[in-house]
Amino acid sequence: MSRAPNETWKLGAAALAARVRDGRVSVTDAVESGWVGPASMWEHDVNAVAHHDAEVRREAAAGASGQGPLAGVPVLVKDNLCTVEYPTTCASRILAGYRAPYDATVIRRLREAGAVIVGKGNMDEFAMGSSNEYSAYGPTRNPFDLSRVPGGSSGGPAAAVAYGLVPVALGSDTGGSVRQPASFCGVYGLKPTYGRLSRYGLVAFGSSLDQVGIFARHARDVAVTYAVLAGEDGYDATTRLGPAPDVSTFAAGVKGLRFGWPANLWAQGVDAAIVAALERSAIALERAGAVRVVLDFLPGTYGVAAYYLVATAEASSNLARFDGVRYGFRHEEAADVRAMYTRTRSEGFGPEVQRRILLGTYALSSGYYDAYYLKAQRARTRIRREFQSAFAQCDFMLLPAAPSLAFKVGEKTDDPLAMYLSDVFTIGANLAGIPGLTVPAGRTSENLPVGVQMLGPEDSEPNLLRAARALEVGGDVALLSTDEDPEFVWPTKR
Amino acid sequence: MSISREEVQRVAELARLEIAADAVDRVAAQLSGILDFVATLDALDLGDCEPTAFAPAAAPLRADVPDESRRLGPERATAAAPAAEEGYFLVPPIVENVNP
Amino acid sequence: MAYEAVIGLECHIQLKTRTKMFCGCEVEFGRPANWNTCPVCLGLPGALPRTNITAIAYALRLGLALGCDIRHESVFARKNYFYPDMPKNYQVTQYDLPLCEHGTLPVVVEGESRTFELMRIHCEEDAGKSFHPERVGDRRISRLEFNRAGTPLLELVTEPVLRTPAECAAFLTQLRKLVRALGISDGDMEKGQLRCDANVSLRPVGQSALGVKTEIKNLNSIKGVEKGVTAEIDRQRRELESGARIVQATLLYDADHDKLAIMRTKESAHDYRYFPEPDLPVLRVTDADLDAARAALPELPWVREARFVSQYGLPPYDAAVLGDSRELADYYEACARGGDAKLASNWIMTEVLRVRNDRGWPLEKWAEQVPAPRMRAFLDKVAAKELPGPVAKQVFAWMADEAGSVDELLALHGIQVQGSAEDLRPLVLQVLDENPGPVAQYLAGKTITIGYLTGAVMKKSGGQAVPQVVQQLLAEELARRG
Repeated sequence: MSRAPNETWKLGAAALAARVRDGRVSVTDAVESGWVGPASMWEHDVNAVAHHDAEVRREAAAGASGQGPLAGVPVLVKDNLCTVEYPTTCASRILAGYRAPYDATVIRRLREAGAVIVGKGNMDEFAMGSSNEYSAYGPTRNPFDLSRVPGGSSGGPAAAVAYGLVPVALGSDTGGSVRQPASFCGVYGLKPTYGRLSRYGLVAFGSSLDQVGIFARHARDVAVTYAVLAGEDGYDATTRLGPAPDVSTFAAGVKGLRFGWPANLWAQGVDAAIVAALERSAIALERAGAVRVVLDFLPGTYGVAAYYLVATAEASSNLARFDGVRYGFRHEEAADVRAMYTRTRSEGFGPEVQRRILLGTYALSSGYYDAYYLKAQRARTRIRREFQSAFAQCDFMLLPAAPSLAFKVGEKTDDPLAMYLSDVFTIGANLAGIPGLTVPAGRTSENLPVGVQMLGPEDSEPNLLRAARALEVGGDVALLSTDEDPEFVWPTKR
Repeated sequence: MSISREEVQRVAELARLEIAADAVDRVAAQLSGILDFVATLDALDLGDCEPTAFAPAAAPLRADVPDESRRLGPERATAAAPAAEEGYFLVPPIVENVNP
Repeated sequence: MAYEAVIGLECHIQLKTRTKMFCGCEVEFGRPANWNTCPVCLGLPGALPRTNITAIAYALRLGLALGCDIRHESVFARKNYFYPDMPKNYQVTQYDLPLCEHGTLPVVVEGESRTFELMRIHCEEDAGKSFHPERVGDRRISRLEFNRAGTPLLELVTEPVLRTPAECAAFLTQLRKLVRALGISDGDMEKGQLRCDANVSLRPVGQSALGVKTEIKNLNSIKGVEKGVTAEIDRQRRELESGARIVQATLLYDADHDKLAIMRTKESAHDYRYFPEPDLPVLRVTDADLDAARAALPELPWVREARFVSQYGLPPYDAAVLGDSRELADYYEACARGGDAKLASNWIMTEVLRVRNDRGWPLEKWAEQVPAPRMRAFLDKVAAKELPGPVAKQVFAWMADEAGSVDELLALHGIQVQGSAEDLRPLVLQVLDENPGPVAQYLAGKTITIGYLTGAVMKKSGGQAVPQVVQQLLAEELARRG
């Protein structure tokens, strides 16, 4: 099947790279395609991109090798991944205009694989948020319904993949910040096993929870990108040793795999459209030969409690370096350095970031460490054990990515706790260090995306991707290994 | 659990943040609400749970060999600084002049 | 009421690794500001630490030398506080699970052997440097630079077991000697390679409970530690005797003016919010690591000094002087082994160290000019009485600047010493007998006439005698006649 050149942007990453490698598409056309069509139509309303520069992009395309597994593939990366040619600001005033003097390891690996970085994705400030409303560049909106949020905190990259700017984008996932926006925007979103992707050059939020994650419109593209990025890094002492698991088997099907079905989790408080999508997905997996294992899984809300203590405690320390001395914004009217710190930080950080720094500082402060931080770290061990016993019964679990579909802009900004609780299904993976993958599971009658999530034990990315591919072809094993990606159902302008 | 105005101010000072006088009560209330919620942890029996750590304990340490590829040097080190001169960062006067 | 002081020391030892604690920047001095910086030691967003294996090996070496308990799994922690010379506004250090605990340092204080118990030794990163505020245009500013930031440090904390300033000085002298012998640090306090804070409290003699303590910082020489602690003990004693209470505080010692200034009282104490550093794995030390560290241990200075006493028959004082550095002790042993050990000790302690001090030569410069075998050949000749004392001193002086064996140097300077003391004595006696006038003048106190007598002996010897030898013999014989 051939496409008109102006529809190059519709291609998946693997398909595009194949065309670039054999010369059918130039790197420049591959990179520019998304900007010519989709961006001109959507970007003004969606606001998915925080920084880009047409000249830099064209130069990068002109200098690219045109070889490698991601040859010529344009990639948008979240604004908390360090890149030398674009600002890296975490959508925060405190890093206004900051340019990192180095590339994150994942950025370097993308370039080595032939990809071209086309800009930085909008996000919640310092990745703290679930709606992309807490950004110094203004909120990102959901291309499927501009009155709704794209999810967060990697809302910009998710929305950009959904409207067609790029076939692949990178985000970061500390408590669901890749998987939740993926479900709101109808794309795939992988949070890998902790330590499989280097965090070097990812501006830290919660160091023991953060992982770089991958957005794509097709399961194959997630697998190809994971294979490019995953693996030990000498600059990150928390990366796992040895080679990353082989995900080239993503099309091998799910015959004989057991998937957990913790229906107790969605007994209440989950949108009916999501429950229905879970059932559809389970049936598709069964059709492809997987076995449903009904189990009770109840990490409950204590996970959210543990999460908010660990994440904020680590954040309060990680964000101490933003003090106006060496980079970023500085309040200029201070009489001494201490006053400069306080004014710089108070003006440079937004309210949600300040709230979390205060909470984390409190949780670590003298007399409270045992009661809060230490207890939360112990609760994590308990959560890991709950996952371990669940995974003794199944190869992965099927569950919601979020309790709701994309919600309205402004709906939750006044109630931080309600916003935190919307992460209830995603934070477990971060607390336990296990991989999670959001898979698109249809649309509502208003074409609003519905997603489901799969969680597996450490290094189960191959199984998660096999399941994702099986779901992508509706459980039809005959289609598993076709090279053609199914058509993505694009947002339409309303 | 409720957090007092004074504790909010103490924590803000530790974090080098300044909370406007008229916002202290609101921040205290928000933090108290979150702390009430995290108190759900108190109900858990965590007696046999060691604190979690993921990083591979067998990770090899770094050989003591210079890494010139990452060295920035004075110009690049200070390129993003709000104020710098001759390779030094400049800041408002440091009053408390000994690192604790 | 009589009081006794209770003192604990907190020492920071800068390690001489090639690179920093958590990044590959070189540890060097004298580079332009911010020369040796990278994203890690500059605390840039997104940068992550990775532990230097040599820093850990050095820590193990010190821990084993001091008989510490080594933890097989120790934990790095973040110590959170804002300070401009700390790039991340937290320091990566160790807290409740340090690498080394307990252990002792043996020290000789005023002739008496003591051992001081240690609490712990852990690894951490150094801070950058901030400078005193200066005026630029109409503003006051401070400068900052980070070449030193991230340099590996060991923090060694004693139990509160020291009682006097002299003990503190002896402790630090011994610690400095040890780290030098282990080859892990140059231990130069003036250069900040060894730093010391002291915790001081007083209590009535006989009371076991500790008094309120203060911490003195900025003690940057061993003399400074001694004087600073003395000043603080005096201050606390005056306070207590006047009926006042001691307030817990941090003080700065100003060595130039011998004065203490209160920097901070407890009200403004820090809350460091320690928690395990999530960016670093648990630090695991295997038995193989310990074996390797043990194999790298040299003979410890105090063991070596004891051996110098027993093996070479040196007085403890000589042993301590020669044991001051590994290089000096090695040099001494190379000169002494199998020869006259006491003679070697005398020459090295007096003459070699005098040249070192007079000329500002480091020992290696001396050892390059006069390698141990050359020195040993010289000492052997002295021991065999082939070189009379004055000649020996002259030859030694030439050796410092000129090449050649002892015989070559003598030949070069036209001196033949075959006419040694016993050959010359008859000539000396002859001259004394022939010159009763000058002898009488000499004995009457006009000692300058020895020059005339010397000249007479030289003449008789046909210029072959060594003037110093002649002079010495004359002095001896004249003394006998006086």
